[in-house]
Amino acid sequence: MKSDQGVMGIFSYVDSTIHTIKKLKKEGYGNLRAFSPVPNHQIEEELKEHESPVRFFTLTGGTLGAICGLGFTVFTSLAWPIMTSSKPIVSLPPFMLIVYELTILLGVLSTLIGLFINARLRRNAPAAMYDPRFSEDKFGVLVGCSKEDVRKVEEILKSSGAEDIKFEGI
Amino acid sequence: MNQETTITYSKVNRDIIKMLDKPSSKWLALFLFDLAVLGIGLFCFIYQVYTGLGVTGYSHPVFWAVYISNFVFWVGIAHSGTLISAILFLFRARFRISIYRISEAMTVFAVATAGLFPLIHLGRVWNFYWLFPYPNQRELWINFKSPLIWDVFAVSTYATVSTVFFFVGMIPDLAAIRDRVLEKPRKILYTILSLGWKGSNWEWLHYTRAYLYFAAFATPLVISVHSVVSWDFAMANTPGWHTTIFPPYFVAGAIFSGLALVITLVVPIRIIFRLEEYITIAHFEAMAKMIILTSLIVAYAYIVEPIMSWYSGSPHEWGQVVFRATGPYAPFYWLMVFCNVVVPLLLWFKKIRTNIKALFIISLFINIGMWFERFNIIVISLSHEFEPGAWGFYKVSLVELGITAGSFAWFFMFFLIFIKTLPALSISELKEILPAPTKEAKSE
Repeated sequence: MKSDQGVMGIFSYVDSTIHTIKKLKKEGYGNLRAFSPVPNHQIEEELKEHESPVRFFTLTGGTLGAICGLGFTVFTSLAWPIMTSSKPIVSLPPFMLIVYELTILLGVLSTLIGLFINARLRRNAPAAMYDPRFSEDKFGVLVGCSKEDVRKVEEILKSSGAEDIKFEGI
Repeated sequence: MNQETTITYSKVNRDIIKMLDKPSSKWLALFLFDLAVLGIGLFCFIYQVYTGLGVTGYSHPVFWAVYISNFVFWVGIAHSGTLISAILFLFRARFRISIYRISEAMTVFAVATAGLFPLIHLGRVWNFYWLFPYPNQRELWINFKSPLIWDVFAVSTYATVSTVFFFVGMIPDLAAIRDRVLEKPRKILYTILSLGWKGSNWEWLHYTRAYLYFAAFATPLVISVHSVVSWDFAMANTPGWHTTIFPPYFVAGAIFSGLALVITLVVPIRIIFRLEEYITIAHFEAMAKMIILTSLIVAYAYIVEPIMSWYSGSPHEWGQVVFRATGPYAPFYWLMVFCNVVVPLLLWFKKIRTNIKALFIISLFINIGMWFERFNIIVISLSHEFEPGAWGFYKVSLVELGITAGSFAWFFMFFLIFIKTLPALSISELKEILPAPTKEAKSE
C-alpha cells in the first residue's frame, strides 16, 4: 500500500491503543508505529516485525573483545620476551583476565552502538508528529497511508477513542 | 513504590521533575561547604606533588596506606550500584526501581573518586599514563602478569560500563524532562542528552533488549572487579594478604558497604524531596535484609581468616592474626568487627530495620567499619611482615587526611549536582510498575 501521508491518533488508554492497532491491521494498514511512555509487551507483540538485531552487535563486540584481549597480551609479551621467575612468556591464566575485561568492554560498547543505530537515536530533535505527552501519560498510533485513505483512517482512530488526531505528509 | 495511593503517570513526571527545580539556599550553602572541603583536598594534593610523598605518613615498611585504603573503599562503594541496577534487574526484583538510579549515580561517582587514588598515590603523578598499554619508542609494553595492570583494565572497564548503563537507563527520562521544561538553555541541554528519544515501539524494542544485555554484562563485571582488586593483595605473599578467600570476601564486603552508603544517601533525599510515596519502608527493609546477608558473609570471612592462618601452621600468618587483635592497631580491628558484625545484628529486629532513623545510623557505622576494614587489611599486614627487624608503624599525616576529606567532597560534589540536574528516580520504570491506564479500569 502506498504510504505518503501520516495520521497520528493520541489515546489516554493502553487498551484503546491496542484495540486500534488490531483494527488497523485488520483493515490492511501495515505501516504502523506506536508511541508510549513505557514499554508495553502487548503493543510490541502486535507491531513486532522481527527480533531486535542489537544482539548481533553484542555478540560481535564481545567476540572481538575476546580476540583483541588474547592477541594483545600474547603479541606484546612476545614483542619483548623477558623470562621472569621461570614463568612462560605467554602465560595464559593472567591473560584471561584481560580477555574477560575486554570481552565485556567491547560487548557493551558495541551494544550501545547497536542501540543507537537500530533505534535511530541520532537525531537530536523529535519528529514533527511527535507529541510531548507521549513521555508523560499518552499513547499514540501513527498510521502511514495514501492520500485517499486519510479520511478512513481518521474515522477508525476516532471510533476507537482517539482524543486528538494529527495529520502530516510523510 | 506504594501503589495503594493514587499515583498516576502524570504525577510521577511531576514529582520527579520537580526535584530539578531551582536549588534552594540550603542546597547552595551545602554545595559551597562541599567545594571548600574539596579545596582543602586540592591544596593538600598540590602541596604533596610539589613537595613529594615525604609529606605522607609512609615509612618503612608501610608504603601502601590511606590512599590505597581509600581506593579500595570507593571501588567497593561502587559495587552495590551495579548490584541493584543489574543483578536485581535480572532477578526481576521490583523493589530496586525506586532506588536504582541513585545507586547507579553513586557507582559512577564512586568509581570517579576511586580512580583518583592510584594517581594521588604515585610519586610522579605526571607519569600515570605508563599504566596504559601504548606504543612507545622502546617497544616496551606493560606487564600483563601484574595484578596492578589487571586493576587498570578492570576499573576502567567498570567505569565505562557503569557510565554507559547509567546514561542509557536515563534516556527516556531525559526525554520526559525535555518535553516538560520551558527555559531554553535547559531545553537545549535535555534535547541533546535525550538523543531524540520519542518512545516509539521501535525504540522501546531495541532499548529493552540492549538494557538486558548491559545488565547481563555488568553482572559478571561486578564480581570480577573487586576480585581483581583483592588480587592486588592476595597475589603477594605478605602474611594477612596471601589467602584464597580474598575475592569472595572483598566482593561481599563491597556490596555490604555500597548498600550502607545507598541508605545513607537515600534517607536525606527521601526527606528533603518528600518522596515517601516512592521510596517506602518496604524498600529500606529489603536493603536492610541484603545488608544482613552480606554482613553475615563478611563475618564468616572474619572468622575463617584466623582459622586458616592457624591451620596453615605458618608462624608469620598466625603472628599477623595475633598482631591485628592485640597490637597497636587493635582498636581499629575491633572497631571494624563492632561496626561490620555486631551493629548489623540489630537489623534482625523488624522494628529496627523498619525504623528510618535507626537504619541511617546503622549505615553510618557500616561506612566507618568498612573503611577501617580496608585500612586494617592494608596497613596492619604491611607493618608486620616476616622479619621482626623490618616491622614498623604507620602514622597518618595531615596531608593524607586532607586529601581523604577532599575525596569525600569530590564524591558529594557530583552527587549534589546530580540530584539537581538529572532524574534521581527512574520515571519510566516507576510507571512500569503502576497499572497501565485502561478504559476498562476507568469504567469500573
